[in-house]
Parts: sequence; C-alpha cells; structure tokens
Amino acid sequence: MFTYYLELALRSFKRNKALTALMVLAIALGIGASMTTLTVLHVLSGDPLPGKSQTLFVPQLDPQNMENYRAGGEPPDQVTWIDGMNLLRSKRADHQVLMTAGTVAVQPSQSNLDPFYVDARYTTADFFGMFDVPLLFGHGWSAIDDDNKARVAVITRSLNDKLFGGKDSTGQMLQLGDSGLRIVGVLDRWRPNPHFYDLATGSYAESEDVFVPLTTARDLKLGRNGSMDCWGGHTEDHLETAPCTWLQLWVQLDSSDKAATYKQYLKHYSQEQMTLGRFVRPSNVRLRDLMGWLDYQSVVPSDVQLQTWLAFGFLLVCLVNTVGLMLAKFMRRAGELGVRRALGASKRSLFAQLLVESAVIGLGGGIGGLVLAFFGLWEVRQRPSSYATLAHLDMSMLLTTFLLALGASIVAGLLPAWRACQITPALQLKSN
Amino acid sequence: MTTHPILAALRKHKAGVVLIALQIALTLAIVCNAIFIIGQRIERVHRVTGIDESNLFLVTQQWVGAPDGDDAAGVAKLDNMQREDLAALRNLPDVASVAPINSLPLLNSSWNGAISLKPGSEMRKGGNTRTTFYFGDEQMLSTLGVRLVAGRAFTVADVQHRSMHDQTEPTVVIVTKPIADKLFPGGSAVGKAMYLDGSTVPTTIIGVIERLQVPGTGSWTNTFAYNATLEPLRIDANYSRYVVRAKPGRMEAAMKAMPSLLYKINPMRVLDDDSVKSFADIRAAAYRADVGMAILMGVVCLVLLGVTAAGIVGLTSFWVGQRHRQIGVRRALGARKIDILHYFQIENLMIAGAGALIGVALAVGLNAWLMKHFEMDRIPVVYVLVGLVALVALGQAAVFVPARRASNVSPIEATRAV
Repeated sequence: MFTYYLELALRSFKRNKALTALMVLAIALGIGASMTTLTVLHVLSGDPLPGKSQTLFVPQLDPQNMENYRAGGEPPDQVTWIDGMNLLRSKRADHQVLMTAGTVAVQPSQSNLDPFYVDARYTTADFFGMFDVPLLFGHGWSAIDDDNKARVAVITRSLNDKLFGGKDSTGQMLQLGDSGLRIVGVLDRWRPNPHFYDLATGSYAESEDVFVPLTTARDLKLGRNGSMDCWGGHTEDHLETAPCTWLQLWVQLDSSDKAATYKQYLKHYSQEQMTLGRFVRPSNVRLRDLMGWLDYQSVVPSDVQLQTWLAFGFLLVCLVNTVGLMLAKFMRRAGELGVRRALGASKRSLFAQLLVESAVIGLGGGIGGLVLAFFGLWEVRQRPSSYATLAHLDMSMLLTTFLLALGASIVAGLLPAWRACQITPALQLKSN
Repeated sequence: MTTHPILAALRKHKAGVVLIALQIALTLAIVCNAIFIIGQRIERVHRVTGIDESNLFLVTQQWVGAPDGDDAAGVAKLDNMQREDLAALRNLPDVASVAPINSLPLLNSSWNGAISLKPGSEMRKGGNTRTTFYFGDEQMLSTLGVRLVAGRAFTVADVQHRSMHDQTEPTVVIVTKPIADKLFPGGSAVGKAMYLDGSTVPTTIIGVIERLQVPGTGSWTNTFAYNATLEPLRIDANYSRYVVRAKPGRMEAAMKAMPSLLYKINPMRVLDDDSVKSFADIRAAAYRADVGMAILMGVVCLVLLGVTAAGIVGLTSFWVGQRHRQIGVRRALGARKIDILHYFQIENLMIAGAGALIGVALAVGLNAWLMKHFEMDRIPVVYVLVGLVALVALGQAAVFVPARRASNVSPIEATRAV
C-alpha cells in the first residue's frame, strides 16, 4: 500500500511541478536556517568534559569588604591567593587546582626562529588529572614540584611541533625570558569547549601553549593576565597578600555526599575567616558544578541565541506557507479523491495517502535543508569569531535535521489532509 | 465594487485565508524586529570615535628580558627604552607624529575608573562619574586628531612617567566634553579640581576635548561611551604601545618599515602578526560580529519576504484555477477585465490588511519578549508602520500575476462544462 501511495504522490508532484518545488524549497530554507543556528548553539552549549563534568565544582567565597555590600549578592567568580592556597592545601576535595592565566616569551634555541609570545597557564599539579588532559609524551608535575617551585613545564603538541619538530621533548629545556624550565610533558590535542576553567580569557579560547606550576610562575615573575577584581585600595604589587580575587579554583568531588560535605566545609572556612577578622561579610558561599557554572556565566553569546530564535521563527513561517500550499493542492484534487472514496477507499486510507505525500515533500525539504545547513555551517566557519572552527554537524544533529524536516512536513500535512478527507464523494462526483 | 461578494467568497476558503493572513502576520512580526536589530547594529557601527581615523596605526610590542619595573632603576631603564623607540619613530620620514598610548577607541582593552568632586570618595559608590583613561605624552592629542574645545593641550613639562603598579594620580588631565558637562554643568571645567579613583590628592583639568570614545565596545560601556580622561603619562611596563600618524599616503610604507626599525633599535623584543595594526583593521575587528549579525538578519528578511510572496502567488493561483468557471460567468454577464483584476486585488488587500494588523500586535509582542530576554530597546512605531505598508504592498505585488491571469479568462469559459 505504501509504495502505491508513494507512486500516487510522485504522480501528483509531476502535475504541479512549480507548487511542489516551492513547498520543498520553503521547507529546505526553514530547515537549513534552523539547523545551522541550532548546530552552532549545540556546539557552544555543549559539555566540555562529558562524564566528568558533574564531579567538577567551582567554590566561591566572599572575602570583600563592606563597601557595596548587598545581602544575597553573588560572591566573586575568583578567589584571593590566601583563600586559594588555604583551600588547596587543606585537600578536602578529591582533587583541587588553583590557577591563573599569563603570557610568556618563548625564546627558541633554534636561531632561525624569532622569540614569540604564547599564552600560558600557571596551575597546580592536579590540573592534568582533574580535567582528563591527554598527554602525548611524559607526564604532568607533582605536588612536590608545586611546593619546591620546580623549574618544570608542560607544553602543547603544537608548540612541541614548532620548537622540537614533533619529537619527544621531555627533558629538554624551554627558555622563557631569562629562565629555563625543564619540559616534563607534552599535551596531545586538547581543546575543551567552552574554555570552562577560565572563561575570562575567552569563552571559546584554545587551550594555552605552556603550563607552568603556579608557585614557579610567581617566583619567576612571569607575566600574568586575565580578570582581577580588587577592593579597598587596590595594590597589584603584592598579589599574594592583596585584597584582590584573581585565581580560579576548581575542585573535584566524586559524589553528591562529598559535594554537600565540601559546601559545609566552605561555610565553616568562611566563618573561621570571619573570626580571624579577614572576612567581614556574612558567610556567602557557592559550589556550582561545571554545567551550572557555565550556565551562571551565560557563556553562550546572546547573538547566537537570538539567531536561533530568528531561524525558528523563519521555519514557522515556512511551515505555515507549506500548510497553505498543501491545502490548496489537496483541495484541488477533490475530484480525484471523491472518485477514490466512491470506489471504496476509506477516509483513513485517503488520509494515509495524503500524509505520505506530505512526508515525501518533507524528505525532499530535509535533504535540501541538510545541503543548506552544510553550506550555512561552512559560512559560519569562514567568520572570524573564536568559535567559528567548532561549527560542524555531528551525527546527532544530522538525525535531528531529518526528524525535524519530516516531523514538520507531516504536521504541516495534517490539517490539509484532514480537510481533504471530509469531502463527500457524491457531491464531488455530481459536480463533475 | 462592493466588498460583500468578496467576503462571501472568502468564507468558503476559511482555512486558506487564515493561513495566508497568519503567514503575513508572522512575517511582519519577524521582519520588523529583524530590521530594527539591523538598524541598531548599523547605528552602533557608525558611532564616531572622535579621532581622525585615516593614516593612523598602532604598534604594540613586548620587551624580552627587560626589568620588571618594581624598582626605580627598572622604571628608569624601561622609560629610556620607550623614549628611544619614540625618538626613532618620530624621525621616520613617513611619520607625522607618534605618541605612547595605553589603548585606542574600539581596541577593547581599557583602564577604567571614576571621577568625583569630593576627595577620597569610595570608587564604586553611585554619584561618581565613570571614565576610561588614556595615557600618553604631549603628542597624544595631535596624533589622535581629537579637537580641543577649551583650555590647552599637554606640554612636555606636564608629562610624567611611572610603573604600571604605581597608583600616583596625575596633577593635570584633559577630559572629554561629556565629563566636563556632567561635572560642571553650565560652567567651564578648565582650571577646576577633581579627584580620580577615590584619591585624596586633587587633579586639575587643563583642557576639554570635544569627543573621544572609550576602548570597550560591549554594551557595558554604553553608560559612559564618551567619558574619557587623558593623562600626560608614559606607562613603563614589560610592553609598550605607540599610536602613529603617518603622512598622507605613506601609511602602508610606514607600517611596513616598523618591525625592522624596532628590531634595529633594540632586538630584545617580540613583535607578532598583530603588532602593527591599522586603525581600519581595529575598527573592522571591533564591529565584525555586529556587521555579521546585520547581514544575516538582512538575508533572512529577504528570503522570508520571498517565501511569503511565493506563498501568496501559489495560493491565489490555485483560487484563480478553482474559480475559472465563475470568472467566465462574471465576464459573460458583463464584468470587464479590470473588474476581475480588482476583485482579486481587493480580496488580497483585505486578507493582507487583516494579517498585517495582527502582525503589528505580534511585532510589538515579539519586541517585548526580546526586550525581556536580550539587550533590546523598544521598537519605534515607525518601523512597525513601515512594515505594515511594506507587507500590504508585497501582497499586492504578489497577487498581480495570478490576478491578471484571472482577468484574461475568456467569457466563453462560462459555457464550457468543467
């Protein structure tokens, strides 16, 4: 029966080529636009560490003075050196990492390369294990290296390719300005999206090229950057004691019990600091998990959301358009449908036949939409935005495209098909 | 022609009529808001910076192995290195003037703070005037090409230098007119004292410039987009920035000569691909997202209008085909071609008009929703009215071809069996 309906559908398309083409094109445009924007949205709001993200948390404390105090306000996004170090050393979480961003001048040993600047991350030992960072050669550094301000570094694969021609460079020296650091590890390709652990340096930034122990970087006075928030007479000179939040703190807590316990610990810590006189604001702590953090920081650009809404509005108009055209088309065939009814076809089979016809249009629109989405994403990739290179269609979005196109066109076919089935066969036959 | 028969006929095609009206309403709502967004983005992109943007470029470079500026000797050495660069750049034949600077409008890297008329006021409290800071020397004003409207420009004697961490406030500054007007409404700001960033030491305003935009282009700068304070100061840090005005027509040559010249003065520095940047590139980079959004919105609007027009053509053609016989009868009974044409035109006018009226309500509703969830302003009535007229006109244009085909139906059709 299905093949027969299919044949009928194809016959009907041949009779009304322009109208059919118009319907397919309208669906294709709507689907193409919405799938392009939806894919970008999907990529940008994705989970950077699937399977692990629910165990990673950002502790927030409020060490600020009473200036601008507002009850119930959010604590700062980052922590001070003192709080960061206290929480790091207390080791109350399964893993914890304290870090900041920086820029370092790399002086290649090869004479044919000019010195150049790369982004760096000054962090602590747990970074590599906590964030599932893949290593091509060697390994990260240990907590002892952190304590000893060891002159060690981990570099990325691309920097290793540039400096050492892709060979295992562990044990070699990396010259940063005046200081030499021993390379202990080389990262494999790694680009978590979004750049969740430090959104201030770009929500979709690439990972840094050089990783150095935080204590070492401070000791060598390597240039730091990223966001910093100070209060009560800002003095950037002695950041270790300054009333400034400038470090990102992340903890790994493997169960929800541990998370609850850790939050209690944060409250206690906050109260303890109040008794010591360091904190003056009432205890105000937060412990958001990774996805909650990304949501709180609203990482997805509002323009991308706006574009997605626009595209779906566009799809809606295209669908209304298709419903109108389909209605016209089906009603025009009232005579033919009347004959089929008179010859014994049930309303149900007529309805099925018309739905098959709209589904075929939907399929055509889906294929067209897919082509347009590929083109649209190619266009997005040509743009200079930081997330441009990420815009690719994955399997799940490919499937979504087809389901959306098929579903949309069947929904669009429902009303016209139902209306067409209400035809009284006798009346149609008589008028003919 | 009375509209009664048209209405009677429309009642027979309720579903089709409702669908076309709905499509027109949705199209109007989306297109109005999209065009409003495009208008806003274009307005943003065309904001003037207040500087003379032609022949201007920026050089950013970092020192390698330089002192860190924590002690007086380090600061002095860094300042020497910077002055050496400045002297060499000013000697170039292609260069008109050069100034050290910390940032430029649209560069999105800024030092911001607040101004108060009272000493020692808390910086983040309300009532203070927010400002961005530009640091440069006596050639800053002429290099940027900003217009001084009151007071005087900086002289060599005004210019100080200090490390990045030093919080000493300058004794003299130049402010933009919006700041002067806000601090001293109705009076002249020149010669008046004020306090920067909660300092207890007064700073005197020696000049007022007409206009200078802040470096930030994000919406967070909207409240102080033209509040800039210029300090006669060279910042000594591990990097330096120079704004260079080339002689007319010589910019490309001057830009090209930069890297090798700087390396010749002092090879212990790093320049990368972005180190020498024309102001045109800075502007393009700052507004790339806005231009992209405007183009996208524009394309969607055009396609949307095209789809709606095609839908009207399709549905009207179908109606014309369906009513072939009735048209023939009307023609046989004496209706002229023009009457048939008008019939379909008026029919479309009624449908499109009703759809557009609903669309106006939808457009305002959509705008309210966008205002709630995105950074959006209220849509001006004129956008909606223009949208209404445009869609009714689109409907008329789209209906013309099928209506003319209808008017060409021969009266003989009346006699034919279908």
